[in-house]
Amino acid sequence: MANELAGDAAQAGGGAVTLADPEFLVPLRRQMIKFATLQLKDPDLAEDAVQEALAGALKNQRSFGGRSALKTWVFAILKNKIADALRQRSRIVTASSLGDAEDDDETFAALFDARGHWHLSEQPAGWREPEASLRETQFWRVFEACLEGLPERQARVFMMREFVGLDADEICKALALSRTNLNVLLHRARLRLRACLENHWFVEDLR
Amino acid sequence: MPSCRESTRLMSEARERALTRGERVGLRLHLLMCAGCRNFGKHLDFLRGAAQAYVPGAAADDEAANPDSTSVTPESDAPTGR
Repeated sequence: MANELAGDAAQAGGGAVTLADPEFLVPLRRQMIKFATLQLKDPDLAEDAVQEALAGALKNQRSFGGRSALKTWVFAILKNKIADALRQRSRIVTASSLGDAEDDDETFAALFDARGHWHLSEQPAGWREPEASLRETQFWRVFEACLEGLPERQARVFMMREFVGLDADEICKALALSRTNLNVLLHRARLRLRACLENHWFVEDLR
Repeated sequence: MPSCRESTRLMSEARERALTRGERVGLRLHLLMCAGCRNFGKHLDFLRGAAQAYVPGAAADDEAANPDSTSVTPESDAPTGR
């Protein structure tokens, strides 16, 4: 594998960032494995998806001006591989692998009163120019920390839906979830992620 | 008319299915009167865009030491900041 990569590096040449640079590839691969494992819950499938994604990326090697552009592209390929893997092995995963531990109403109770109105301090504020945040490294640190702070299966279905881009039926099938379960998980994930971003990022803008 | 909790549920579900006419009417009424829920709706759009733009681990690239991967032996020559 390393030799293949080195060979491609020689061909690609130049000063642009390439996948063959081990200083780039090693951490990238680790991040890909971590993400694929979170989504697929199976180390072998995750390894396969990452391997295929990297092979695909090398085959269509393009040169990118920067690490982040290259990385975005490689992750876009990985997303497709994960989506394929999830669609294919829908019957393998059982609902139990997701656990049922988080079915309490903690999320809702923290945000809403008994009549279903926002607690005063939890009412969503206006965010000023949120899109500008997407260009800030620090924002992505907060975003990632907020994602990782979600209960595991909320994070997983949220990312399947919004990052990997599966539709609701595909997710239900892949995880053997009822539609109602999926709706509840996504609702909670969105509420929590939104609140986390507001509390740890956007509130700063409001002062 | 739906509560805030109910309205956020409808706004969330609207991303996976078409709401019924009754749901849409109730939600619209609620949003007319509730700035918090109007903000919530905007934030949902933002969340989707952010999730799509997200690259896992990208934020940690600047840091040689990745705090949550303890098994990693930091390369001694890795720059501490870029």
